[in-house]
Amino acid sequence: MSVLEIENLKVNIDDKEILNGLSLTLPKGEVHAIMGPNGTGKSTLAKALAGHENYEITGGSATMNGEDILALEIDEIARAGLFLAFQYPVEIPGVSIANFIRAALNSRQEEDIDAVAYYKSLYAEMENLGIDRKFTSRSVNEGFSGGEKKRCEILQMAMLKPEFCILDETDSGLDVDALKVVAEGVNQMRGEERGILVITHYQRLLNYIVPDKVHIMMDGRIVKSGDKSLALEVEERGYDWIKEEIAAGV
Amino acid sequence: MSTEAAIDIDREKGNFSYDTEYEYNAGIGLTEETVNYITDVKGEDDWVRAFRLKALESFRSKPLPTHWATKDLENIDFDKFRYYLSKGQQPSRTWDDVPDDVKETFERLGIPEQERAFLAGVEAQFDSEAAYSRMKDDLAKEGVIFVGSTEGLKDHPEIFRKFFGKVIPTGDNKFSALNSAVFSGGSFIYVPPGVKVKQPLQAYFRINAENFGQFERTLIIADEGAEVTYMEGCTAPKFETTTLHSAVVELVALKGAKIQYITVQNWSANVFNLVTKRGLAEEDAEIKWIDCNIGSRLTMKYPGVILKGRGARGEVLSIALAGDGQHQDTGAKMIHMADNTTSNIIAKSISIGEGQSTYRGQVHIPKHLKGCRNNTECDALLINTNSRTDTYPAITVRGDDNSVQHEASVSKVNAEQIFYLMQRGLNEGEAMSLAVNGFVNDLVKQFPMEYSVELKRLIDMEMEGSVG
Repeated sequence: MSVLEIENLKVNIDDKEILNGLSLTLPKGEVHAIMGPNGTGKSTLAKALAGHENYEITGGSATMNGEDILALEIDEIARAGLFLAFQYPVEIPGVSIANFIRAALNSRQEEDIDAVAYYKSLYAEMENLGIDRKFTSRSVNEGFSGGEKKRCEILQMAMLKPEFCILDETDSGLDVDALKVVAEGVNQMRGEERGILVITHYQRLLNYIVPDKVHIMMDGRIVKSGDKSLALEVEERGYDWIKEEIAAGV
Repeated sequence: MSTEAAIDIDREKGNFSYDTEYEYNAGIGLTEETVNYITDVKGEDDWVRAFRLKALESFRSKPLPTHWATKDLENIDFDKFRYYLSKGQQPSRTWDDVPDDVKETFERLGIPEQERAFLAGVEAQFDSEAAYSRMKDDLAKEGVIFVGSTEGLKDHPEIFRKFFGKVIPTGDNKFSALNSAVFSGGSFIYVPPGVKVKQPLQAYFRINAENFGQFERTLIIADEGAEVTYMEGCTAPKFETTTLHSAVVELVALKGAKIQYITVQNWSANVFNLVTKRGLAEEDAEIKWIDCNIGSRLTMKYPGVILKGRGARGEVLSIALAGDGQHQDTGAKMIHMADNTTSNIIAKSISIGEGQSTYRGQVHIPKHLKGCRNNTECDALLINTNSRTDTYPAITVRGDDNSVQHEASVSKVNAEQIFYLMQRGLNEGEAMSLAVNGFVNDLVKQFPMEYSVELKRLIDMEMEGSVG
């Protein structure tokens, strides 16, 4: 049951239905992409799965390795193995990156992590992502450029080694060079032990993180799935043809 | 590595008391008789008796400062307190000679252990008098004096009297007058010219008795070029009735001297903590107050520095944490009286739930001075919508050649920050705690290691208790 399984999920924000019956199966070892026009509920899916309290679950289910995550608190979902790379990473003044990631690691284990071993792995991952060492003492996301924020999200992901990752518009605000670095970081984390869901508005990112499956989301649900060629088709033709397909009942 | 510091690491640690037999007891209420009793028991000179009686008059003549401060002061019933309780006059020089119940109290608070670990000297006050007082021998050889105020007044009157009540006059405010009438205990420190005391001297103030008022009086004099760091910690058991703590602390830094005074008060939530603290800095001298207020029902405390000599420097770094039912009314005063004097105030407050924080500042730079600078920063952090914070900075800067910088901010720990932190696996309490520690971090970095570690633990404890 190494799978993130979402069935017929319905989510409201302020009594307005945003997701209306979304189903998706993400097995470990695969990378899936969700694409869709603005305002179709892509980020809602990410935050609802992470347990954000503003997102009211009105129906359906979501399980991770068979465990019902909708019944869990935000931190329990995280520790159970779900990581969300934020579209807009939040600033935490006065808390250094190093202390933040260490606190996150410590929350997952009985004994606090050994400081020497911790810094060794932190520095290695930072080097990998081309993040300067001086960032360890900088406050989380405070004064970071868009690219620095996103790289820092991937750094956290690399350090926490979650079983399932959701990347919410990780490409937004990145130039091509930054995009390549981030994509390379994600690619290094691909493997049998992990499932990755990439939420994006543009196909550009998928040139660098090549997905096993592509899902098109509209009006709060997945309307079409296919392989990576679907993403290219969307890039070329836009979304309207899919709408027309649906309308025609294809 | 860090060692344990002399502040209790949680609220419950200090919450115990012993049924103690007191040799000396001034009874309940405050009259001339009370004052005469104290002065008789201590065998003081006539000038001290006169000083005390005059102070009592001053105390009586002054109204409670409720026109600017909280009305909660009206809940203090001065007739219900016991003003002097002690088991004896002479502080012991070894822990073995300290009475068992008192010794056990300080052992539970970890004082003897810390003394061995990193302190140059310790004074431990139990209710009205010091039960233990000792300093390392090599400091005594250099001429350093570190004794209780009762001893200081008796054995070193020539130095004591010269500075006593000079920085904070009796009538400075109602509570300094009260202290001047009934003071007992506190530290007297004199550091001779050029002597630099490397390890901190520490005092620990313990209230054991119910319906009691503790009125220690501390006087620290650093002679020319001398340096000293003094730390104080305080706790009391949590009684149903109110307890009063009203200290007066005077610091004198002569030419080129440096004094650093560190407080971490973690009084129980029934304590009115009304303290007057001020330092006098002569030419090129430096006085730094590090003031952390975590406990008490109401704290009113505004450490100040009178920058009397050219080039003197004053600093107040303060952190106040007001939990449910607490009011931390704190701040700083900087009175510039000479050219090229500089002062720096950084105050951070955290209000949780119904907790209330108030910052009051006073910075005064008169017109005729040149080259004076002040920097004031006050930042408030609110947690939960009921929290309240007020800032009253009074900055008077005249003259073209003086500069002042003032910044204030109010922020909230917001839900998105907590969501972000929790998404990384931290529970709600840990997330709050990390955010709050982040808020005070740049300030705490300037604290001595022992204190910053303990302060972080206190904040962790407080924050974890504040969420469901």
